[in-house]
Amino acid sequence: MKKNLLILLSLFLISLFAYTNAWAVREGGSFVFCAPYGGDVFSLDMHRTGNTQDYIVGLNIHRSLYKWDASQNKPVPELATEIKTTDGGQTYIVTLRKNIKFHNGRGMTADDIIYSYNRIMNPKTASSATAYVKPIKGAADVQAGKATAISGLSKIDDYTLKIEMENPTELGYLLYKIETAIIPKEEVVSKGERFGSAPVGCGPFKFSKWVKGSEIVLEKFDDYYEEGRPYLDKLVYKIMPEGSARDMSFRAKELDANLLGGAQYQVYQKDPELSGNMVEVAEMYTRLVGFNMNYKPFTDKRVRQAFNYALNSELIIKKLLKNKAFRATSFLPSTSPAFNPKLAPYEYNVEKAKKLMAEAGYADGFDLEIIGTNSQSYGVRVIEAIIPFLKKINIRVKPQQLEGGMLSQRLIKGDYQAFIWSLESGPDPLVALNRFDSKTLPSAGNYVAYSNPEFDKYLDLARKTGNQTQKLVYLTKADAFLHADAPLWFFNYNKAIIAYQPWVHGIKPVAIEMMLQDFTNLWLDETSPRANVK
Amino acid sequence: MGAYVIKRLLQFIPTIFFITLIMFILLNILPGSAAYLALDQRKAPDPELIAQLEKEWGLDKPLPVRYLNYIKGLAVGDLGKSFLRKENVSQLLADRIWPTFKLALASIAIAVFIGVPLGFISAIRHGTPLDTLSMVGAVSGISVPQFWLGLLLMFFLSVKIRIFPTSGYGEGSIMNLILPALSLGVGYMALIARTTRAAVLDVLTMDFIRTARSKGLSELQVNSRHVLQNTMILVLTTIGLQFGSLIGSTVVIEKLFSWPGIGSLLVDSIYQRDIPVTQGCILLIILTFLIVNLVVDLLYAVIDPRIKYQ
Repeated sequence: MKKNLLILLSLFLISLFAYTNAWAVREGGSFVFCAPYGGDVFSLDMHRTGNTQDYIVGLNIHRSLYKWDASQNKPVPELATEIKTTDGGQTYIVTLRKNIKFHNGRGMTADDIIYSYNRIMNPKTASSATAYVKPIKGAADVQAGKATAISGLSKIDDYTLKIEMENPTELGYLLYKIETAIIPKEEVVSKGERFGSAPVGCGPFKFSKWVKGSEIVLEKFDDYYEEGRPYLDKLVYKIMPEGSARDMSFRAKELDANLLGGAQYQVYQKDPELSGNMVEVAEMYTRLVGFNMNYKPFTDKRVRQAFNYALNSELIIKKLLKNKAFRATSFLPSTSPAFNPKLAPYEYNVEKAKKLMAEAGYADGFDLEIIGTNSQSYGVRVIEAIIPFLKKINIRVKPQQLEGGMLSQRLIKGDYQAFIWSLESGPDPLVALNRFDSKTLPSAGNYVAYSNPEFDKYLDLARKTGNQTQKLVYLTKADAFLHADAPLWFFNYNKAIIAYQPWVHGIKPVAIEMMLQDFTNLWLDETSPRANVK
Repeated sequence: MGAYVIKRLLQFIPTIFFITLIMFILLNILPGSAAYLALDQRKAPDPELIAQLEKEWGLDKPLPVRYLNYIKGLAVGDLGKSFLRKENVSQLLADRIWPTFKLALASIAIAVFIGVPLGFISAIRHGTPLDTLSMVGAVSGISVPQFWLGLLLMFFLSVKIRIFPTSGYGEGSIMNLILPALSLGVGYMALIARTTRAAVLDVLTMDFIRTARSKGLSELQVNSRHVLQNTMILVLTTIGLQFGSLIGSTVVIEKLFSWPGIGSLLVDSIYQRDIPVTQGCILLIILTFLIVNLVVDLLYAVIDPRIKYQ
């Protein structure tokens, strides 16, 4: 009896704790975040910018048809209550939410979606989002100037829309991108070019103020369609490209959360006050060395494999990158749905590497120039670290540092022997691996000019099957094939880390890009120095 | 005087023409496409989009045509449109010039109001511990990298003792201005202190100082009327030259303190290959340099009646 009572009491306490915790969610306050990349925010017109920094801010002003769900690690419908397909992704019927309002007060309908996608494909817009809308039937014709409207988009009624695709496609992976934001036509028309600096969207926060080069302020949008959200009254983005300055601001408690660089990561880990409040994730960017498949030594698979065996990647990650990276197995990152955890990364085995080199007829090695940028994590600095490893198998490496623009030009032309770079490897594994399809040109991202019919076969099977599980099986096989065929040195997946203040609740591990934090559900407790700032 | 100013202003035209030519060629022959750089290079590029962007930005036209268009625009005050920000360059510059100017003025004010008296006293008290101390300070001031000094100031005055905000423009608040202005101004202060000291020491050995003293003027009168006035030419030249280079060196400090000025705009535009903005920023910096030098030359005549412009 006593035991039963004790159990009941503990159950009561647990539920009380859970209840108070739920109750503890607090509304109000101002959250100060950073925009840490490169430089300024350029434009908040999501259709017309290719700058990640702009998406970080735009994500909380705008909304797309889908959104990225960090906890499920996949896209989910956002502006729609239901998105159905009955033919394996060839046709979709979208049922929109009826309570969505733009920041100018007008309700959103199917016309706004049709307008937004047509605007993206219009050649005059020169939108960076074309790749995501292009798979819709007739979209490519609009881009080429052959049609004025996308034929695959048809309105059934104000809140129902039919989307027809060119080929069966997973729509969510395309239209979750904030670059495909739904925007009100009347605002774009009346503001013209100024729309980018005074945007109107239908997201949880509305645009308030922008001190160019310094900060952007957003305010809570009271008519946001999710009841009781967002919790915050105000959201401030400080444009802070300098890691050390961000660190100072974070320590001075002026920033509520901060993206960490390698040097700070080490220091924060050792600091008991800071180490508890960090979120980290393997981002869907794979850092690699690409081998030019037309450079004689790399035409032999054994040489490419030997390169992978000869390098102690773990040691380089630990010593040079200060553990701010996850060891890569193949091209797809560990956060990809087609990642195979059973596949082992290339082991560090110099003897095996030497043997493979000898078998390929390169016992005496060869000279190799590797081009790269000044990036700390995937640039010439890494190449300098691998020189002694490759010397053991007689590959004599000469690094050459280039500026980003020059590097991409040489990659497109195939004017290199090997390069070091970071390539997007998610979230859709099919799009990620499509880069290495023999039909993909170097100018469209197949920089190594990879061409293997067996690999293409897996991709074709994945494209044609209407079954999602089967699709992932084919893609896992394709990734394993790429791993064995080794057109790349699979180095690492970026480990992105955000440190946050103890009063912040709701920073998520966003694998597509850590800084793309949706603040709809974020809240601050009363210990925040800005808990009551409006 | 008026004729002299007009002559000098006319001389600006060939200077600017020459500089724009060099600048235009250098920025436009750089390998690599601005359109590729405008997109996230980690993503697979869309070749059709690249072509669209190049067309929109006029990069598909031959170099001479582009230069001609640029010069035509320049002649009517049109600096072009930013590739990435979709705004007119002149508007972008107009938004950013005041913060940079304010920062440069505050730094020069710190440099002059501390540097000149420091150098003057050091020279008057030549050889005393005070002289040694201030000159050691001055040498350290010149040697300290601005970036590092900025971080130190941030650490002590924003993190340890929370007096000033670490960074940002703060709607033009003076509290936000102090740290960047100090980081930028200390080096110039040291330079001005050393220049003033050397100039004063030089003037003190002149015959007219001995004459002034022998006719019974007090030390205060000698220093204020004769020494100070005669050292001002050299000090003013230094200030003028430094002001020009100060605008250029705001780059580092503006980046560190997230200061929304011309310097940070210039760096961003260079990295992103936003050619019209880069050209606009460089042009503005050069113009500032030319104007400041002209003003300094004109001030010579005010300070020293022996100098006359015809």
